[in-house]
Formats: sequence, C-alpha cells, structure tokens
Amino acid sequence: MSEALVHLDAVRKVFPRSKQPALEGLSAVLFRGRITGLIGPDGAGKTTLMRLMAGLLAPTSGRIQVDGLDPISDPAKLREFIGYMPQKFGLYEDLSVMENLELHADLRGVLGEERITTFKRLLEFTDLSRFTTRFAGKLSGGMKQKLGLACALLGHPRLLLLDEPGVGVDPISRRELWKMVHELVAQGLAVVWSTAYLEEAELCQEVLLMNDGKLIFSGQPQELTSRVHDRSWQIRGVTGSRRQLLARALRRPEVMDGVIQGHNVRLVLRPGSAPLNLGELDAGPRAGLVPVTPRFEDAFIEALGGGPGGDSALAQKLAPVPGNHDTVVEAVDLTKKFGNFAATDHVNFAVKRGEIFGLLGPNGAGKSTTFRMLCGLLTPTSGTARVMGFDLKTSASQARQQLGYMAQKFSQYSNLTVRQNLKFFSGAYGLRGERQRQAVEGMVEIFKLHPYLDTTPDTLSLGFKQRLALACAVMHEPSIVFLDEPTSGVDPVTRREFWTHINGVVEKGVTVVVTTHFMDEAEYCDRIALVFRGKIIAAGTPDQLQDQVATKEHPDPSMEDAFISLVEAETQESSS
Amino acid sequence: MLSRIASLIVKELQGLLQDRQSRALLIVPVFLQLALFPFAATLEVKNNTLAVFNEDNGGESIELVQRLSRAQAFTQVLDLHSEVDLRRAIDNQEALIVLRFPSDFSRAVLAGRPAAIQAILDGRRSNSAQIVFGYVQQIVQDYNDERTTNRGGPQLSKLVVRYWFNPNLDYVRHIVPSLVAIITTISALIVTSLSVAREREQGTFDQLLVSPLTPGMIMVGKTIPAMLVAMGQATIILSAGVFVYRIPFQGSLLLLYGSMVFYILALAGFGLLISSLCATQQQAFLGVFSFVMPAILLSGFPSPVENMPVWLQYLDWLNPLRHFIVIVKSVFLKDLGAAALLRHLWPLLVIAVGTLGAANWMFRRRLG
Repeated sequence: MSEALVHLDAVRKVFPRSKQPALEGLSAVLFRGRITGLIGPDGAGKTTLMRLMAGLLAPTSGRIQVDGLDPISDPAKLREFIGYMPQKFGLYEDLSVMENLELHADLRGVLGEERITTFKRLLEFTDLSRFTTRFAGKLSGGMKQKLGLACALLGHPRLLLLDEPGVGVDPISRRELWKMVHELVAQGLAVVWSTAYLEEAELCQEVLLMNDGKLIFSGQPQELTSRVHDRSWQIRGVTGSRRQLLARALRRPEVMDGVIQGHNVRLVLRPGSAPLNLGELDAGPRAGLVPVTPRFEDAFIEALGGGPGGDSALAQKLAPVPGNHDTVVEAVDLTKKFGNFAATDHVNFAVKRGEIFGLLGPNGAGKSTTFRMLCGLLTPTSGTARVMGFDLKTSASQARQQLGYMAQKFSQYSNLTVRQNLKFFSGAYGLRGERQRQAVEGMVEIFKLHPYLDTTPDTLSLGFKQRLALACAVMHEPSIVFLDEPTSGVDPVTRREFWTHINGVVEKGVTVVVTTHFMDEAEYCDRIALVFRGKIIAAGTPDQLQDQVATKEHPDPSMEDAFISLVEAETQESSS
Repeated sequence: MLSRIASLIVKELQGLLQDRQSRALLIVPVFLQLALFPFAATLEVKNNTLAVFNEDNGGESIELVQRLSRAQAFTQVLDLHSEVDLRRAIDNQEALIVLRFPSDFSRAVLAGRPAAIQAILDGRRSNSAQIVFGYVQQIVQDYNDERTTNRGGPQLSKLVVRYWFNPNLDYVRHIVPSLVAIITTISALIVTSLSVAREREQGTFDQLLVSPLTPGMIMVGKTIPAMLVAMGQATIILSAGVFVYRIPFQGSLLLLYGSMVFYILALAGFGLLISSLCATQQQAFLGVFSFVMPAILLSGFPSPVENMPVWLQYLDWLNPLRHFIVIVKSVFLKDLGAAALLRHLWPLLVIAVGTLGAANWMFRRRLG
C-alpha cells in the first residue's frame, strides 16, 4: 500500500583515520506514511546514516536513492523535500523562536503569503504561539525540539529525518512529540526517528536495529519481539530485597536478562530452558511466577548476546566499608540561582551509609547542579551541602579521599592513554608502588580494558569510556560514590553491567548517590528524589512513589507513569 | 603529598611530550626563531637604496657618493635626474634616502666655502630613516675631517668610540640573549594557562577538584612542568648562541639558571592567574596574547625602557620580562655578579609571590 521512498543498498561508510567502518553493508527500504525507527546504542551509526540520507556525507561505497535521486549528485533538488533535524546546533540559541523560523524560511525560500500561513499552521501545531519572542536558548528541552521540528517542517518535506528528538526531553513532552509525528505520518510523510531509547522502538511501524555500524534487524518491532515470546516472566509478591533477588536470578544459567520492575522482578529466559524454580531463588513465601508480554528491549538484549549476569567483579575486589547507618550525605535548603533562575530550589534530603540514593528527573531539571554542590564544585547560593559532616568545598583532603566522582560529561584525559589515566588518578589519590600497580591491574581486569591500555580514551566507544570513568572513580576504594548520569547514552547491556556493579558495591557498604533520567533505573535505588524544575517534587522508596499514584484502573504504575502524574499534579498546583 | 604532586607532574609531561604534534609545537618554533631572528629582526639598516640627485657632477660630489655607496647600508645607488624623479623615488619607496647636491657643491668645497647637501628621508620608515641618516652623517663628517686635515687645517678634537661587551655592535649579541628570555616567556605562559583551560573545557579540572589534591598542589603540578619545558628551550637557545653564533658566554650558568627559576615562577603566576579567569582555551589564548605583546614591547628589547614616559616605567616594573632580559644579557655578555644581580632578582620574586598568591586565591574563589 505504502510506496518506497528511500532505498539503501549495501551502504558502507568509513571515516578517514578510523579503522572500524561507521556503517557496514547496510541495505534497507524506507516507506512513505511510516515512522521508521533507527534504533541502537550511541556510536551505532545512526547519525551517520541520517547524514548520508540528507546528502551531507558521501558513502564510501554502496548506493542511496531518495525518491529516485542520488543525494550526492542532486543535492539541490533533494533539499527541497527533505526536512532534517540534527541532534544539536539546529537552532540559533540567541535568536528568538520567530527569528529562528524566519531564518529557516529564508533559507528554504518560503516567502510571502505562504510564509504567513505556514508559520501560523506550524506554531499552532507545535503549540509555540505563546513563545514567539522567547530566545531559543531559553526554551525547555521539549520546546526546543518542537521548534526544531517546526523548522524542519518548513516547505513541505516528504522525508523528515529526526536525529534523537527524544534526548533531553521530559516524558510528557516526549509523548507530545510522538503524537505530532504520528499526525505527520498520517499525511503521507516518511519519518525517520533515531533513538537510543528502546521503548520508543515499539512506537515505530518499522525499525532498523543497529549496533556497531551493522544492521542487526529490520522489520516490524513486533516481529523481533516475538522471538522472545513465552520467555518473559515476572516474579510477583517478592519479599525481601528485590535487588538481591535479581542478582541471584541473574546468576542462574537459564536466565538471559532481568530487571526490577516496580514491585516485581522481570526475567527473560534463554531459549529452550526449563522453567525457573522459585524456591531455589528464595523469593519469599508469597512469590509467584507470571508470564508477561515480551518487550522490544528483551529481544534487543538477546540480539546483542544477553545481559551481563549477576555478579560484580568490582564488588568482589572491594573491602567491606565498616560503619553504621549514619547520614553521610545531606542537603539542607540547598539553593543555587543563576541570575533569577533557580537551578536548584530549596532542596532537602539525607542519604544514609550503604544506600543507593537516586536523583531522578529529565535533563535540565537541576540534578547536576545539586550534584555539583554536594561534591564541592559549585558554591550554593544558600543552604548547605555536607558529605560526612564536611563541606567539601572547603574541607580537608582527607574527606575528599573518601569520595569517588564520575562526571556526566566524560572527563578523563584525552591526551593520555588509558593506562596513563589509570595511573594518574590512582596517584592523585595517593596510591603508590605495589598498591597502585594492583589497583590499576584490578580495574583493567574488572572492566576488560586490556585491549585499550595504550590507546587514548577518545577512540573508545561510549560504553568503554564510561567504564574507564567508573574505574578512575572507584580505584581508591571510596566509601561514597557520586555518579552523574553514568548510563546516559550507553547501550542497554552496558547499562545493566553498570547497575550490577552499583548494586554490588552497595552490598559492601559503599554509599552511592546517582542521577539518571532513565525512569526505569529508579527501580534499582533504595530511595529516590524526583527532581523537576529545580525542586524535589516527591521523595521516598520507589514503592512509595509508585503507590502514591496507583489507582484502581492502574494498580501497578511504572516509574515513568509515577513521574508523569506527579509532575502533572505539581504543575496544576503551581498554576492554580 | 609529594607522590601526588609527582603524579600530577608526570601526567602533565606525558600530555605535553608524548604526542608528536605537541612535541613539535614546543620544539620547532624554537629552532625556527633561532634561525630567523638573529638575521631578520635586526635594527641595523642594510641593503637599502641610496638615491642621488646630483646637479653638480663635480669631482667632490662624486667622491662623496662613492664613499657612501661603499657603506653596508646601501647596496644600490640610484641616479636621479630631475625633481620629478626625486619625488617618485621617495613616493614609491624606491629609495630610503635621497641626497641632492646643488650645482655649486664641488666649487664651494674647493673654494673652502661651506657647502650644503640636502637629504630627503622617507618618514614613513622613521626608525630606519634615522639610522640611515646617522650613517650618512658619519660618512660626511669623516669626509669633512679628511678634507680639513689634507688642507693643513687644524686637527679638530675627535670622538673615539668603543662599544664595550659588543665591540663590533654585532646585533646577534643583542638578539640571542633576548631570545632566551622571550621564548621561555611564551612557552611558560602557554603551558600553564592553556593546560588549565583545557582541563576546564574537558571537565578534568572537576575531577582534580573532587580529588584530595588541593589548589596549591594543582598549581605546583602545573608550574614545574612549565619550568622544565621552558628551561629545556632556554638551554637549546643558549647552546646555539654559544656554539653556533659564537657569542662568548661570560657569566655564571648557575646564576642564570637560578634566576630563571624565579622568572618562570613569576610567569607561571601570570599564566595561572590568566587561566583562573578564563573558561575556555580560546579565552586563555587571547589572555596570554594580550599579556605577552605589551610585555615584550615594553621589556626593553625593542626599545629602551628609559624611552618610556616615567609613569609607564613605574608600571613596567610589574613586567617580569623587563627584569629578566637585563639579567640574561648581563650574565651572558658581561658576567654580572650575584650581588649586582640581586637588584633585578628581587622584583621577580615579589611578582612571583604576588601573582601565584592571587592565582591561588582565584582558584579557591572561582569554584562558585
């Protein structure tokens, strides 16, 4: 019924000076009137493919045809019917919403009467009419993406390329974006939506699943999901620690993958394995095994070769941290203002020793600001931040010796090799001689860094970069670890591995403070604080937060559901 | 604590030296400047054109023109035949100086009457013009004296000139010791300020701040690598000065390197202060530039400090290069003793303490 618009035929792209091809023998067809999801972890080659289709890059070999045109030989014609929204830099932050639209309209030659009607239609469509004079840089993540979408939609495109439109957008805006894109598809556009969020895959009619530059799967998402049919289970009615239960389950050979889901533990079994014996897992007297609908993520993990198992080599290496359950991290009325904008607004919480405390919220909510104040990297405007009773900004080195910090942005030395980085950070924390050698070797072994020791970090994939960053943060065996978005942009397998490590070190008595914008990761935390627009809008155990929003129709809401209802309640309150 | 600083220093040197590109960036400019500056950046005026509009054409004017044309300053003599030519020669910069001999020049000289020569100079090149005019004056003076003596006139008192420490007024002896100071200045500033800015940009500075390293330790860890790099470069220039350019090294190496330590401390202070104010490498680079340019121009290298207005001379006291350039030249060319050196050394110490203290304070404060 729908006609093909884009043909990709054995497309290969190798960037100069890089050994690995960014894209390898990729063939696919994209159709009008469909959303094609470009799904895969960071570095899989999604952006490269987008840029090839937009005619911004030439393939090393293979053929691309967009509506019968070659993007490289016919760039001018092609541009008339392609709308491309890049990951960033698509907007001029110091121009207003209207000026951005006008600029793009000038570039696309949308003039006169047509311009007026188009602007009216797009502003209504994106619900930005009220903000036309605001600077693009001052818009929220969601509004920026809407404006980007509006700019890409100028001048009737037939093919819309959206590169990670969901990044930095809170769940509510994300849902709105999807709704808008569905409307466009209904008008006959072909839309390509690239994303690292696997749950978005299920919203696409077609997916191209990519990993390491290769196409792992193309087709309907349901088709891939059906591969794990009958193998997804939930353990319900768990008593005791779900985290420990999950670790026990993951150690079993028949379990391929597992996550915590609300009150329950969700497991995916390997094909052809015998049903699980709940008694051996020690899940508690009331526990029961219930089959559940498989998810796209389950199939994806399987396509990548399965999850990482339940044991953390890192935790095994650590000595247990002694001490009682005192409060070790504390924020009292913590506030940070930039101009008249409060990035962190009277935030209060306390973290006890041996807890995983999560700051949860969309990008730009103020998690990192709060975090940086706790670590002493930023001076609060008012209020106090204390770690083990010290203000880290002024405290003695001994207090900071107890601390491990992993920044949101990768911050190891790119001009040093991996080995030199490990040596430097261990040396900076006072490790010397044999102890230093052992610490470095231990990290190399745990994080499998051997093949990369003599390369510089910028050549590593994001997953390995994050591993190196975590290694540098925990090498000196700190008793408190601060992790700022450790799993952002990382593929789901590496994400699971990270959480296995985090769970493992906490069992040894280490305190972990972590920020994340992945709502499902909140399930791993002992307690979480939901951060929205600089404020903590709710705090408690994941169960408490979910129970807070549970209704009769919706008895077991996910963390994302909980977040959305709590944010909606908050915004209603503040507007009334 | 020492082992922590040592890891900082090792890391810094690895970052600076292991990459071929950055290694080349530290070494190539040194050799390039060493090869070019002693020849190019000289205030001597050589290889210029002298234009002559000789309305006289008598024996005396020709004699004088021939003497002038033998001078090193002029490789070419341009003969002009009209006032229009004269104007064009200056306008088009064909000649730096035009000498015009009036039609009665030879006659006047032979008759023992005062004879005038008109010299027209290109004021757009004021420096060279003045220097060339000096040469011409000297040659005319010699010629005058000779004529007076030949005619049996009274022997006039004569100025006999000797240039100490640089008997032949060889410009290389001015340039090479100054290069020691200038190249160390630039590299020490760039190494300190850009490396901090780079760490800020890449987020590694945060990693350092959350570690047990104190701002003081970080500063030491930035200063010592800069010192090693700058001293290495200084050594290259010194050896080239002594072995290639054959400038006799008169003073004590120990004194020179000793005072270099103070000098680089003062520079590191400025470098760190600049970087404490900057968020990006670009800003730091501009910051370094706006410090280095006036520092060199006001250092006494291109023109004497005494030429400046008095208030600027006082302000220039804060310029570490001004003090160090005196030290290098004095130790290099005339073996200045330790006691005399102290007069130039203590300002460096004061500057170092001031700037390093300020940088330390800024680093602690700017976290907010």
